[in-house]
Amino acid sequence: MARDLQQIGADGETLVASFLQQQGISIVARNWRIKEGEIDLVARDGTTLLFVEVKSRTNSKFGHPLEAITPAKAFRLQRLALAWIATHDQWGADYRIDCAAVHFRQGLRPEVEYRAGVL
Amino acid sequence: MALARTQSIALIGLRGELVDIEVDISDGLPGYSLLGLPDAALMESKERVRSALQNSGAQWPNKRVTVSLSPAWLHKSGSGFDLPIAVALLIAQGVVIKVNHDFQVIMGELSLDGSIKPIRGVLPALIAAQELGIESAIIPAENLAETGGLTKLKPIPFSHLSQVLQYLEEGVIPDVDPKQPVLNIPESKDLSEVVGQRSARFALEIAAIGGHHLLFLGPPGTGKTMLAERIPSVLPELSSQESLEVAAIHSIAGTLAERQIDSRIPPFVAPHHTTTSTSMVGGGAHSIRPGACSLAHKGVLFIDEAPECNAGVLDALRQPLESGSVAISRVAGTVTFPADFLLVLAANPCPCGRFNGKGLACTCSSLQIRRYLQKISGPLLDRIDIRSFVEVPSRVELASVEAGESSEVVRKRVIQGREIAAERFKEETWKLNSRIPASQLRQKYRASREAMTFLHSELDHERVSARGYHKVLRVSWSIADRNGSTIPGLQDVQEAYRLREGSKFL
Repeated sequence: MARDLQQIGADGETLVASFLQQQGISIVARNWRIKEGEIDLVARDGTTLLFVEVKSRTNSKFGHPLEAITPAKAFRLQRLALAWIATHDQWGADYRIDCAAVHFRQGLRPEVEYRAGVL
Repeated sequence: MALARTQSIALIGLRGELVDIEVDISDGLPGYSLLGLPDAALMESKERVRSALQNSGAQWPNKRVTVSLSPAWLHKSGSGFDLPIAVALLIAQGVVIKVNHDFQVIMGELSLDGSIKPIRGVLPALIAAQELGIESAIIPAENLAETGGLTKLKPIPFSHLSQVLQYLEEGVIPDVDPKQPVLNIPESKDLSEVVGQRSARFALEIAAIGGHHLLFLGPPGTGKTMLAERIPSVLPELSSQESLEVAAIHSIAGTLAERQIDSRIPPFVAPHHTTTSTSMVGGGAHSIRPGACSLAHKGVLFIDEAPECNAGVLDALRQPLESGSVAISRVAGTVTFPADFLLVLAANPCPCGRFNGKGLACTCSSLQIRRYLQKISGPLLDRIDIRSFVEVPSRVELASVEAGESSEVVRKRVIQGREIAAERFKEETWKLNSRIPASQLRQKYRASREAMTFLHSELDHERVSARGYHKVLRVSWSIADRNGSTIPGLQDVQEAYRLREGSKFL
């Protein structure tokens, strides 16, 4: 079961990565992890860095996937983004925090819902 | 459209203010922020609106929802904004509206299943809306009974959110069953049920004619409460304007169940003597509610066992007694409620309550007796024109099968007396004898010469104070109006003197 959930999460991230690449956005890193947590995707759109949190769901029993991002989690994303900038010495770069929801529905193509600049 | 606007009314006391409800749905994390100084009940609207929308076949936007209630500085309270927020959310989500809602206000609380629940204060809110030029209002069906007196504004009742949606999309006004609220109106009481009590009845009638505040003194079980409860039945009926004003106050307090909306009977309010001064004059942190003295507006405020009241409670009535209104200041602002009432106090003559006749049965010391009534403060007693001792009915009176005069008969005399007074005061700013200013009593509204001689001699012998002197004159005008004399004669003034100064206890 746990493996399944991990797989769903990884599938979602892959989907979002290819969704971004289709729009000419390059992926810089995936699953960048430090002690405080993990950034699902880091991407670069021209000069702007994108830090993307991906939430995948197979049903809506627990509400909309993006509702799982509470204000506390959103601020952790912010801190992680700054940590990434610091470790990669990208001070001064424009950056944005985005969220993406991936809906996997039985018998349907998975659907990506992308929200830019959520913070 | 990601932005939508609806309108509603916020109440500050009896005054209504038009509130714009703006809803913006933007991309971002799902969230809901409510701006515009909402109180706790209003903050909770999110959860009600969300469930109500989902259970009415509509969508909750999983986006960033910002709701702004403007003017932003005004404190807003209560659950009545649920419905306008829900409607604005529907419009912002792209529900196409056929009805022009520019001149329409919306109010109502939502239940989780989408049904619309009644709210408080619909009547004053709609009166305010009508004055602001609003043409129609979407209101909870159960509040429809309150809206009888409105002329220009058309209330449209709804009992479910889906009906509102249907109305907005197609203009269909649903057939709702205007559920009549369960009325719990006390039976009207008639003066004919009171046995004997000739002098107390007389005091009551004079108080009704002149609008004089009244104190009934007497041992327990003699009928003080019984008499007081029957005062509204001898007062003239309220005018339609007054009746609307009274209903508006009761609508805010949520006590319309005890009072028919278009009732012309003056209200009777009897707070218990343990009541607090806040419940007496009104108050509350965010939504300021009227107190007992405003609920008794244009009617009777009866306080039984007045000396048992907590310190300060009775004295809180001094300001409304003087000005006919109460101004209450709280964080939310300052609110003025009308409070023009007839004050009736009842008290036992002593702590044991058995002082009657010569006081043989009484077990109190003379000091106790004196201290007991001193609990009613001097400045308050000052505003009470008539003090009537209610005696224990005698054997003969109790055995009598003859009913006393009915309220109907007494009310006719009261109306007649008030008409005479109104005619006399048509050039003046006041209409009741109890409101004649002291200076006018010494000049324009003196009693007859021999009556004045009598009063002056009482004054000389220090049997009446200067204050008492004016009170006696005011009461004597009411007695003259009852007896049809054009000016109070000696007999009228002597009777007034007896009503004012007659009690040996004060």
